[in-house]
Amino acid sequence: MSWLLSLPLIIPFATAIAAFLVRGHASGRWISLTGSAIALAAAIALLMVVLDDGVIAGQMGGWPAPFGITLVADLLSAVMVLITAITAFAVAIYAFGDIDRRREELGYHALFQTLIAGVTGAFLTGDLFNLYVWFEVMLIASFGMLILGGEKEQIDGGVKYVALNLVSTLLFLSGIGLLYGMTGTLNLADLAQKVETIPNQGLLTAVAMMFMVGFGIKAAVFPLFFWLPASYHTPSFAVSAVFAGLLTKVGVYAMIRMFTMIFDHDIGFTHTILLWIAGFTMVTGVLGAASQGDFRKILSFHIISQIGYMILGLALMTPLALLGAVFYLVHHIIVKANLFLIAGIASRATGSTDLYRIGGLYASSPLLAVLFLIPAFSLAGFPPLSGFWAKYVLVKASLDAEFWFMAFIALAVGLMTIFSMTKIWAEAFWKPHPTNPDPALDQVPHRGALLLPVAGLAVLTMVIGLYPEPFVVFAERAAAQLLDPTAYITAVLGAAP
Amino acid sequence: MEQLLSVLIGALVAGSVFLMLAGHLLRFLFGLILLSNAANLTIFLAGGLTPGAPPLISEGAEGPTGTVANALPQALVLTAIVIGFGLFAFALILAFRAYQTLGTLDTDAMRVAEPEEAQ
Repeated sequence: MSWLLSLPLIIPFATAIAAFLVRGHASGRWISLTGSAIALAAAIALLMVVLDDGVIAGQMGGWPAPFGITLVADLLSAVMVLITAITAFAVAIYAFGDIDRRREELGYHALFQTLIAGVTGAFLTGDLFNLYVWFEVMLIASFGMLILGGEKEQIDGGVKYVALNLVSTLLFLSGIGLLYGMTGTLNLADLAQKVETIPNQGLLTAVAMMFMVGFGIKAAVFPLFFWLPASYHTPSFAVSAVFAGLLTKVGVYAMIRMFTMIFDHDIGFTHTILLWIAGFTMVTGVLGAASQGDFRKILSFHIISQIGYMILGLALMTPLALLGAVFYLVHHIIVKANLFLIAGIASRATGSTDLYRIGGLYASSPLLAVLFLIPAFSLAGFPPLSGFWAKYVLVKASLDAEFWFMAFIALAVGLMTIFSMTKIWAEAFWKPHPTNPDPALDQVPHRGALLLPVAGLAVLTMVIGLYPEPFVVFAERAAAQLLDPTAYITAVLGAAP
Repeated sequence: MEQLLSVLIGALVAGSVFLMLAGHLLRFLFGLILLSNAANLTIFLAGGLTPGAPPLISEGAEGPTGTVANALPQALVLTAIVIGFGLFAFALILAFRAYQTLGTLDTDAMRVAEPEEAQ
């Protein structure tokens, strides 16, 4: 099965190389799109196999675990790979209308595919040091994409993004070193067994905190999120959509993986901290959004507040809460990427993302208005959209665990989210355009390529919302695998002796 | 040796924190180098030190004889150095570009993407 595991990695890398060779030529975007389509097919195949056969693992290079590098796909990994492929496919279409020739010449498509490979690798790897390497692949590609074009704002945002992410990486790296020193292994499945035998569990908690801070910076949780609103509104819209959808979620995924499988020895301590982090992240994110007046800046702050919900699911550590976290991850990537794509179209039609300088989109392009309302309401948690079920499960999980205050915060933050979405609606769509009387969608070049992925992702949100049962059942199974990693460990190391 | 290295790592981290908080991008990057070296030394140290016994397998043998140094941390450190070097090269160029376009390396003055006055 290892060929199927490595396909979602090999395809983006091969596409990156091909796209790099023809950079600047018009065929680059087609290569990128074709590669993304093939990767999507591979991701679907992988998920099908994991659904049927359970966790699958492959030893790269033929070295048996725990010595070699292992790729593992359990349900969470497989669905994250699929959702990455879906986002990549949508953004590859969007790039036809959004990425100009100059950025293509600078190698946009190659960087984009490398980024996707890095994200996919981080989801699939079963080895801690390998996870670090995938983080770096993802980081260096994202650095390139963020400052591609070299505008003043991009350089400024890029400095902050690069600086804080490098610090996070070094904390993560030190944590790996210390964990290796205590256990003598880097394989996640092997680690999950060996951490129990460490004589001084207090030291393990200390290392766990290093991982929490390292991944916390990546995931943009309170109080480590400041790089995100400083940089996400600066690059091209396609770039910020793929960043918003995927990058912080890799941090969340790594946190979920580590804090369910390896650092579950002192839940009373570590997960209480996570609970506080979750609460503060939700509140500060949504308050930050309320104070902003720019389309993308509002959305950036909402990424932060939504990360809080996922961390809440992890912090509660009940089957229902983890179900909610998994569901939320999937829902959030689709919705958030979509909103950034819409921001791009709105900016093209009206000339800016500054909400006080644009308007009139409802009158001129009702289609775009409808397409905005779907993910916006989904983000806020309106029934019957995907966000409603995601929030419902997490609120229910908090109530079941008798964390009344957290349930209250989750609901209140949902309400505040509506406030921000209403603000975007009122300013960008409802009020007339302050200067130009007629912002028109049909004057936007390549609007088909821009609208198609937006509509596709909106349909996906609706499908999850209207027919949530298979998704909930799936998330339940994924959560069960997280809480009891026996299947994961058996798939990697073979049956216990 | 372990104690000495631990103190060294501590000193490197302390120095890097001092430099990173100095409010100047170039100093921040110098701090980052120190922190990266501290992280590499941490891996090296945590992997266990075995002086004077290289992990070499004599000809014809299936494995090393006796106690030899752990080769894995060295491989990890080597990987981390290479990756860190690449990222740092990028960060330096970025700092140079930032100085060219923004005209300053004072981190408090870098407010182009986040203007002071939120309208």
